[in-house]
Amino acid sequence: MNRDSDRVTAPQLPSQPACGDNQTGTHLPTRAGALNGVIVPEQPGKNAIEVRSVRKVFGTGENQVAALDTVSVSIRENEFFTLLGPSGCGKTTLLRLIAGFDFPTAGEILLHGQDIAPLPPYKRPVNTVFQSYALFPHMTVAQNIGFGLEMLGKPKAEIEARVAQMLKLVKMEALKARRTSQISGGQQQRVALARALAPQPKVLLLDEPLSALDYKLRKEMQIELKRLQHETGITFIFVTHDQEEALTMSDRIAVMSAGKILQVGTPRDIYDRPAERFVADFIGETNFLEGEVKSAADGRATVRLSTGAEIPASLPEGFTPSGGVTLVVRPEHAQIGPADANASLRGTVENVVYLGTDTHFHLKLDDGSAFIVRRQNSRGGGEALAPGSRVGIAIGPNAAQALKD
Amino acid sequence: MAKRPFDIQAQPGFGFMALLTFFALYLPIAALVAYSFNAADSLSRWDGVSLRWFISAWHNSAVQDASVRSLVLAVSAAALSTIAATMAALATTRTRPYPGLTFKYAFINQPLMVPEIVTGVALLIVFSRIKVWTGYSGLGYLIAAHTAFCIPFAYLPIRARLESMDLTLERAAADLYATPWKAFRFVTLPLLRPAIIAGFMLAFVISLDDVVITEFVKSGGQDTLPTYMLGQLRRETSPEINAIATVFLALSVVLVTAFYFVNRRKP
Amino acid sequence: MANAEETARAADARDIRDRWLLSAPALVIILLAATGPLFVMLAYSFMLKGDYGDVQFGTFSLDGWTSVLFQRDMFDDTLGLADAHLTIFWRSISLSFYTTVLTLLFGFPTAYFIATRPPKTREVWVFLVTIPFWTNLLIRTFAMQQVIRNEGLVNTALMALGVIKQPLQIMNTDTAILLGMIYIYLPLMVLPIYASMEKLDFRLVEAGYDLYAGRWQVLRRIIFPLIKPGVIAGSILVFIPSLGAYVIPRVLGGGKNMMLGNLIELQFGAGRNWPLGAAISITLMVLVMIALLFYVRNASGSEGAHG
Repeated sequence: MNRDSDRVTAPQLPSQPACGDNQTGTHLPTRAGALNGVIVPEQPGKNAIEVRSVRKVFGTGENQVAALDTVSVSIRENEFFTLLGPSGCGKTTLLRLIAGFDFPTAGEILLHGQDIAPLPPYKRPVNTVFQSYALFPHMTVAQNIGFGLEMLGKPKAEIEARVAQMLKLVKMEALKARRTSQISGGQQQRVALARALAPQPKVLLLDEPLSALDYKLRKEMQIELKRLQHETGITFIFVTHDQEEALTMSDRIAVMSAGKILQVGTPRDIYDRPAERFVADFIGETNFLEGEVKSAADGRATVRLSTGAEIPASLPEGFTPSGGVTLVVRPEHAQIGPADANASLRGTVENVVYLGTDTHFHLKLDDGSAFIVRRQNSRGGGEALAPGSRVGIAIGPNAAQALKD
Repeated sequence: MAKRPFDIQAQPGFGFMALLTFFALYLPIAALVAYSFNAADSLSRWDGVSLRWFISAWHNSAVQDASVRSLVLAVSAAALSTIAATMAALATTRTRPYPGLTFKYAFINQPLMVPEIVTGVALLIVFSRIKVWTGYSGLGYLIAAHTAFCIPFAYLPIRARLESMDLTLERAAADLYATPWKAFRFVTLPLLRPAIIAGFMLAFVISLDDVVITEFVKSGGQDTLPTYMLGQLRRETSPEINAIATVFLALSVVLVTAFYFVNRRKP
Repeated sequence: MANAEETARAADARDIRDRWLLSAPALVIILLAATGPLFVMLAYSFMLKGDYGDVQFGTFSLDGWTSVLFQRDMFDDTLGLADAHLTIFWRSISLSFYTTVLTLLFGFPTAYFIATRPPKTREVWVFLVTIPFWTNLLIRTFAMQQVIRNEGLVNTALMALGVIKQPLQIMNTDTAILLGMIYIYLPLMVLPIYASMEKLDFRLVEAGYDLYAGRWQVLRRIIFPLIKPGVIAGSILVFIPSLGAYVIPRVLGGGKNMMLGNLIELQFGAGRNWPLGAAISITLMVLVMIALLFYVRNASGSEGAHG
């Protein structure tokens, strides 16, 4: 048996002088085929990471807390995958298990089909961008970026070339000799990225890397990260509690709560077709409506609301409800109209909140529950609706989604 | 006349008391230093300024002997205690509480809790017997005793530094393919270096200053500079003692100043 | 992996073992050259004294302990209080107490003074307190001697000014020991009080004045309670080494005015009564422990009051 077979080695750096001349400087060969001495087979489109029934329990005896409760998820190659959830949901724990900083209590984690659980972090071809960046304060920017390659025992010339390339990639050439304490937060963020990318990991883990940045910088870095992921072709696993960030950047999102993954899907799936109440509630603003299922088939149902109106709703995959069901309607998917018999719901305007781009109408429905409608503003447009006005609400054929719970 | 604004920090008489305190702290030292430049044969008279007692001390073979012994002892004890304290600090920080951790804290700090005179006579009891049994009466006993009471001092800054460093940087190193040894060598140790230097200097000063324990542990002819001075103080003292004390004092000030700056420098 | 949990537990066990190995050198050195000998000394205190010092190995006797406070009458062999020892105990405790009170009297205003300087000069003042703190105790004791001896600074100055005709005999008295201990231990009082004072939020003082408190009331009702932990720490740091003082009474007190430290040395030297020396040493340790316990109680109590 090949000695290398029990060890996933870090990717070998290609000697590629052309990189320096490249306009973007980002032509990074990343596919497994370029790797040396790695048993990982080249299988495009396959899973980069597979998490199988992983449990992680902290504490012992009565103080036991399951940070992860039998989680399974597959993350594809070359994917920008986001773990989204409130603090304490287990997203960072899952990231640490993949990085190797913690052992799973049960289950396995496969990297390109191979169980990496027995490998210590320094033998996993996986790199992390830490929430606090964790830059080495006693080293310069360039030394930080070169650290991983140095630890892999790469030749000096190769390290230098790669560091130069990385500095260019994150636009930090001018500051390479600075100490990490002498650069700004946004710059530290870039160095942390470059440092984690320099050894060309199979998978890059990002633990809320933008949380310490101010709003504008965060927006910039979101685009920057997306660009880097696209150019390097490395699988990114991104942890955040910021739903907007998740929707903007991700190819797919896994929504987590209380140690479980509730739903995995594209940003559009997650937003438009939440399967569970928590997902719907956590992401965006939501109206919940109770109703009675009249008929359901092929992922669509007709639901009768308390007003007697019947509206169509889409169903979560593999779920056919009967009896009572909760519907989700996003505020921007409902329209305000006259309070006549055609309206699905009727109520009274309680509050009107002007938000610049749009206006929120806080309504009180006739059954006493609250409902919000969002309408985009246009200059001079839109009739004024004073609090106290009676209005009807129209819900279009594609506006409602039924929940599993 | 303009009324002075109300100073919320002022307390009547405090400034006077403070300045009196500083005056009292430095007056005796000033007197000691002044007398070391006395040209007279005895401390009872003042015969003008001279360096004769510095020169006389310099040529005193007993002083030379004691100085060398003090330095050898302080360097050995500081080095040994710093190594032991660094290892102990690594073993007792950045971990979940484990059985024996509190015991270790208490044990390492034990030499600080017992009056020196008590430790001194306890060591006298044990070492005098070992000296009889083994026939060895070299510097080893003093080095062992000094190392033991220097460990808590060396441990202090190193532990403090480690506690302020979380494990993220070591994790980052491991994430970047550094083996545990390499992570220690290239990340932990460089970050710990100022604290290790501070610990060494503290231990060095503590060992250099010790008189009580040394007095009880030393074998015949093993005077260190402080015990030599203590012995001299028994008789009618000549300004030579002042000269030695002045040099010693200057050395202490240099060390403390250096320590101050090492400790203040943020890595 | 079915045995993932076992692997984790084994890793934990290995970590703890490594941590014991790593701390072993420090623990062994302290055991051999500090803690262990204390236990040997405890054993020695229960043996019969040897004729030329040391002990008679393997014997058992309470003589060492009884002679801490009592002595046998030379003629009728009855036990009576050992007045000399009692005097020494009393001197140690009372001088330590006075030292604590007087260092507090000077140390508190000094710490306050430093804490109210602008940040830049504050560092210089702290440094000025730190230097004597780290200067050799023997040298500082000797320096004190230069000031108070008969031909010293004070007497020379007073006689030159014509205030006195005969030099004041301060050396070799309890006053000399007290002056020496105040001088030596003053930094130990200033530094912890300053550490507390530095954290004092002067907006609280402003609030006090705003609510009609005068300077004295602000000091007594606001500042003092807030820095009490520092005052307690300072007092303990002064009291404990004062109790075990050896060099200061030896140099400044002459042979007569002994404190506990000197009494212990006497038993291991000219007194040739090692069991007694051991017993007094342990008594001294117990006194120190009591002071420390007092500190632990009060420190945690005052923290609780603030938390």
